[in-house]
Amino acid sequence: MPEDTVAHQFNTMEQQREADTLGMWIFLATEVMFFGGLILCYTFARFSYPQAFEEASHRLYVGYGGPNTAILLCSSLTMAFAVQSAQLGRRRATVAFLLGTACLGLAFLVVKGFEYHTDYVEQLVPRWHFKWEGSEAPHAELFFWLYFTLTALHAIHVTIGIGLLLVMAVLAARRKISAENHMPAEITGLYWHFVDIVWVFLFPLLYLIGHRQ
Amino acid sequence: MNTTQINLIEPAGDEARENYLTEHTVRSWLLTTDHKRIGILYLLSILVFFAIAAVAAAMMRIELLTPNGHLVLPETYNKLFTIHGVLMVWFFLIPSIPSVLGNFVIPMMIGARDVAFPKLNLLSWYLFLVGGALAVYSVIIGGVDTGWTFYTPYSSTYSNSNVVTMIAGVFVAGFSSILTGLNFIVTIHKMRAPGMTWFRLPLFIWSLYSTSLILVLATPVLAITLLAISVERIWGVGIFDPDLGGDPVLFQHMFWFYSHPAVYVMILPGMGVISELVTCFSRKTIFGYYFIAFSSIAIAVVGFLVWGHHMFVSSQSIYAGLVFSVLSFIVAAPSAIKVFNWTATLYKGSISYDTPMLYALAFIGLFTIGGLTGLFLAALAVDVHLHDTYFVIAHFHYIMVGGMVTGFMGGLHYWWPKISGRMYPESLGRIAALVTFIGFNLTFFPQFLLGYLGQPRRYHSYPPEFQIFHVLSTAGASVLMIGYLMPLCYFVWSLWYGKKAPANPWEATGLEWKTASPPPCDNFEETPLVTHKPYQYKPEELREGAQHA
Repeated sequence: MPEDTVAHQFNTMEQQREADTLGMWIFLATEVMFFGGLILCYTFARFSYPQAFEEASHRLYVGYGGPNTAILLCSSLTMAFAVQSAQLGRRRATVAFLLGTACLGLAFLVVKGFEYHTDYVEQLVPRWHFKWEGSEAPHAELFFWLYFTLTALHAIHVTIGIGLLLVMAVLAARRKISAENHMPAEITGLYWHFVDIVWVFLFPLLYLIGHRQ
Repeated sequence: MNTTQINLIEPAGDEARENYLTEHTVRSWLLTTDHKRIGILYLLSILVFFAIAAVAAAMMRIELLTPNGHLVLPETYNKLFTIHGVLMVWFFLIPSIPSVLGNFVIPMMIGARDVAFPKLNLLSWYLFLVGGALAVYSVIIGGVDTGWTFYTPYSSTYSNSNVVTMIAGVFVAGFSSILTGLNFIVTIHKMRAPGMTWFRLPLFIWSLYSTSLILVLATPVLAITLLAISVERIWGVGIFDPDLGGDPVLFQHMFWFYSHPAVYVMILPGMGVISELVTCFSRKTIFGYYFIAFSSIAIAVVGFLVWGHHMFVSSQSIYAGLVFSVLSFIVAAPSAIKVFNWTATLYKGSISYDTPMLYALAFIGLFTIGGLTGLFLAALAVDVHLHDTYFVIAHFHYIMVGGMVTGFMGGLHYWWPKISGRMYPESLGRIAALVTFIGFNLTFFPQFLLGYLGQPRRYHSYPPEFQIFHVLSTAGASVLMIGYLMPLCYFVWSLWYGKKAPANPWEATGLEWKTASPPPCDNFEETPLVTHKPYQYKPEELREGAQHA
């Protein structure tokens, strides 16, 4: 067992591995509560104004949200491959899959950026030339407030995730991640899958309300 | 693993022996990852916030000496109670026992070299400082007048004070809480020494484990709620604004979903300290170990389900009120279990009235009063009369000051020899404990009467017939201040002139007493092996345990 990879507070690699994993899971639990608070707000508002939320939701483009969902799901697949390669000690494959995942994350952000631009052009940004034809303008504005807050928070998490992936790619390239010490990659994987799952909830909540004509 | 030949129980008088305090550079403190040093950094920082918040309280008490008050403007009074509340809750009470004493003793109690994530621990202190700096900055640039509860729509729309800066401070400090909680949970799960099974853990660990669960699960909800207020204040759009179809009561639900469990963050660690003190100074095994351990978990779990009792008069449905009322009665049961078990531990014990024990006994009495008056408030009809009165103020000060601060002082005296390597002057300590107890009761007992008679909280003036109670309360606050200044003076004095502390001045069980005072950097020269349950204070059990020490 390589002694230098075990931090001084731990006795064994096994102990360090278990601690790192548990730490990440607890962190993810805090993230669930963090997003959960906002989703509670969403639930409250949607039950209060179902009609306005349906109409407002139809102004979002599934043409952006759908492909973005696909992109993130694929990135989770490449992430899983990256972790597997790291466990098997395949350095080149690990680096490639980590970079691939980062690229997919970046693609997600680019699509999201175009979507935000479209929303801006169509005057859907609350308190920024917001325009709404119909009686329930304040409630529609509430929907878009939730939409922007939720997706922006998610985008921040994606950005952090991309940063982590790039760091991991560098570590892997420099042989700091090996079959014996693959925990950094695995923990990054846990985080990335979480970010993906958040989007899996956000997509139907925001884009797929009611029937579209 | 170190396997040096040095005897663990070597006398601590040896000047040449390296310990965690040996290095003196500023850099070695500011970049330390040693949990013991981080605990001390926390101690120094929370004292600063405590001092500011205490000055705010003192000014309020002076203002309230006369019915119309001549010291400050009404607006300033509002800012004073906000400063007092925010700083005391988030920058003193929540980090007090967990971040100071918890950081210092948890790894030692479980026989570890450090917490699981030492760098994260240091980051958590820096986040705490940044949060505290933002909060103090918001006070310097004019203060905040919303009260520590930040109720909407006043905080989000109407208040003309620096709400966003203050909220940013609390937000950042929240992440410090989260990281500390996360660190403790992982440490307690994964860093225990060989043989340290869950039911051999000291009860202090159980209480801090429960505390950490709350910190980790509740604080993120506060974070998102505060974020929503800030967005609403800055951009004028949000979920709490009734003009936009939002709901201010939704804010109260989300705020109390955090803040009620946070109330338990402000008492559970105190209970943990008392469990250590009562058994040590009665020379007797704790009565009902399992009940005390699981009652901590029960408080953490049920504590998440009672937040609605803050909202009995906030348009919450009467059925919701009933449920929250019943649950609030239920959450009192585990607290009562603890009090009964401590009392049973005292029974037929060989009690010695050292300073920590005086604080422990004060805790049991004051906490019982605080807890019972909490039941009055949990009763729906009574709450309608007492809501938002001084009765509520007195109730939670009995828990938070009479409970948590008393527990903190008790713990600080108990572990001071371990922390500093010096003994504090015992007789002065006893006098200070007594002064604190008298001062505290004189300050807050009249407030129960005031509240019952109808004096609402957060008012800068009051009808003249209430003056006698306010004068008593202010007099008590002065006594209380002396009670807090005394330990400050003699603790500092003891650093230079105190008697050198032996490794185990209280002849206590527990791994933290098996290493030198102050401990070496890695806590133990040799990883300890645990072979028996904690608190084996009976002489014959102690002898059996000593073989493995």
